[in-house]
Amino acid sequence: MSLLIRNGRVVDPAAGADTVQDVWIADGRIHRVGPRLKAPAGAEIVDATGKVVCPGFIDIHVHLREPGFEYKETIASGTRAAAAGGFTAVACMANTFPVNDNRAVTDYILARAKVEGVVRVYPIGAVTRNLEGKQLAELAEQAEGGCVAFSDDGKCVMNAELYRRAMEYALPFGVPVISHAEDCHLAHGASMNEGLVSTELGLSGQPAAAEDVMVARDIILAELTGAHLHVAHISTAGAVRLVREAKARGVRVTAEVTPHHLLLTDDAVRTYDPNCKMAPPLRTKRDVEACLEALVDGTIDCVATDHAPQALSEKEDEFSEAANGVVGLETAVPLLLDRLVRTGVVDLPTLVTRLSTGPARLLNLPGGSLAPGAAADVTILDLEQGWTVDPATFRSRSRNTPFAGTTGTGAPWMILVGGRKVTP
Amino acid sequence: MGWKRKDLLGMQELEPAEITDVLDTALSMKEIAAREIKKVPTLRGKTVVNLFYESSTRTRTSFEIAGKWLSADVINFSASGSSAEKGESLLDTARNIEAMSPDVVVVRHKAAGAPALLARRLRCGVINAGDGAHEHPTQALLDLMTIREKKGHLEGLNVTIVGDITHSRVARSDIFGMRKMGITVTVAGPPTLIPAQCQELGVKVSHRLEEAIAHADVIMMLRLQHERMQGGFIPSIREYSRVWGLSPAKLERCRPDVLIMHPGPVNRGVELAPEVADGPYSIILDQVANGVAVRMAVLYLLAGSKGA
Repeated sequence: MSLLIRNGRVVDPAAGADTVQDVWIADGRIHRVGPRLKAPAGAEIVDATGKVVCPGFIDIHVHLREPGFEYKETIASGTRAAAAGGFTAVACMANTFPVNDNRAVTDYILARAKVEGVVRVYPIGAVTRNLEGKQLAELAEQAEGGCVAFSDDGKCVMNAELYRRAMEYALPFGVPVISHAEDCHLAHGASMNEGLVSTELGLSGQPAAAEDVMVARDIILAELTGAHLHVAHISTAGAVRLVREAKARGVRVTAEVTPHHLLLTDDAVRTYDPNCKMAPPLRTKRDVEACLEALVDGTIDCVATDHAPQALSEKEDEFSEAANGVVGLETAVPLLLDRLVRTGVVDLPTLVTRLSTGPARLLNLPGGSLAPGAAADVTILDLEQGWTVDPATFRSRSRNTPFAGTTGTGAPWMILVGGRKVTP
Repeated sequence: MGWKRKDLLGMQELEPAEITDVLDTALSMKEIAAREIKKVPTLRGKTVVNLFYESSTRTRTSFEIAGKWLSADVINFSASGSSAEKGESLLDTARNIEAMSPDVVVVRHKAAGAPALLARRLRCGVINAGDGAHEHPTQALLDLMTIREKKGHLEGLNVTIVGDITHSRVARSDIFGMRKMGITVTVAGPPTLIPAQCQELGVKVSHRLEEAIAHADVIMMLRLQHERMQGGFIPSIREYSRVWGLSPAKLERCRPDVLIMHPGPVNRGVELAPEVADGPYSIILDQVANGVAVRMAVLYLLAGSKGA
């Protein structure tokens, strides 16, 4: 079975390529990439003239909510949202019910993904049992079962000694420990960033220091243990500086940033719209600028959405009472293409790197490359496609986005997973 | 000028001319309190719902009296014993109340932004009677009315607000309102009780009480919530009272015509020495009296001036 993607602008960061070429896929793998390839008889042709052909985009931070919270999202709906948003693979966090803190849950997620998923699903296992921060989860079995990282995301492991042991124990598995860096005492349950806006709104604010303190601690622990630390949803100028310094020192630390932390500030909270409430909270202009700079210079390795579906009843509430989180899978790529690439803040190959090669490398995943022999996971973009964010059309079961009604240009056009076109 | 707003959510959104409009209207309302028969037909046939999710005696009573003197039907809905205790969401409760066609809903809620949430969903007017640490606009209006009454003007005055600024909706509404009216505002308190980037609200920040009140025309003392010790904001009520309480001795070094205000309820012996609270400089009870007049004015402007 062959498929030829013809005449697209092929952006393959791993190969340093950015030219118009054809991509020939055979038996689910990249067969050849080159100009004017001759299609084999019977090959399916995809005319990508005027489109951009990239390695499949990978979102390493999503909440698929299954098992346990199927009213918010399922593996079926979440992977369709991913496909609609241009992602060929997602890594899903462990805060399901029951928590993915043992092999049985990992197996369940992978089994459901095989039957119902339309993109690749990589489970992330919990660091501690039931995310309680008290006792290590069975990391070895989870790694054996296919967990690609460990994280108590949504909660911070406050006990530094336990976190040190987790980092050490995870060393043989060659997978990162992902930190939700938020000192819960400094954050004191506050629902937004501490600053002028929280002062004006009378909402309890958490200082950027709540994140900075924990990123500093985790970097020090990574240095102590030699573990690979990955900082989830980095959002402060201080944390960016700490990661940059640590990288320069040779510490094994990587970081991700979400589209909302790149595009919004705490000013958005002025409406008290709970769709602007998430952890970490939206920060200041200065923090956004630091994150953008770090995304460009590589201090931040990838963009991840922290896709966090919540039911309307959990969001249609007083700001301080409403649930945290926003959906991101279906809006991330269009927003980044319009707000960052079209405006020239980030060039297209850099963005493609942060969405494909970057995440693939840091989780040791297949993909992130269009080299012959690689799995044929491909994202094709149409940079001229206009769009309006309409939550009613989401494949996700949830609608909690702060971007409803916004418009722009540039969107995913097609994805291939294992050489097959995926219909979201 | 004509009042155009559906809701009164905060002082931050008001124009100086609108504030003056409320104060002037309140002045004309105040005359009703002096009558033998305290009743005018202005809001006859109108329904005001007091939707109080937080306990309040003075504000709720003040709104109730204001509504009744204007002949409105006033219904009190308190969260205890109601559907809120059974887990009904704020919006569901609001939808139910709206189905009963009130003209104005007066809401107090522990969550900042709750009145804004209601105002977006309800067709009737919404008055914020205090939302979390956000705003309490009728308190600021009655404070401005009282100051204007005593001093004859607002512009150019120095007002010092003392205490827990961080958790105070009164402080925020006063700051927003007073700044708009040309008052120089100083806030004073221990650094743990001054919110982040407070100076950017256009106020001076002081961490020394004596310095902050030396030149004040008006000193607004805020209530200290006893639970602040648990949050590590202050070590003890005793220490707070010694450092930040207004004693007769500290008052002696203030301007001779200084006025002492307090939004109530007063913690006697904590932020205010009893002899100061009851002393000649205190205008705390004038504030309470003007509270009714201001709330009559606001109810009238929201419910009475349209189609009446």
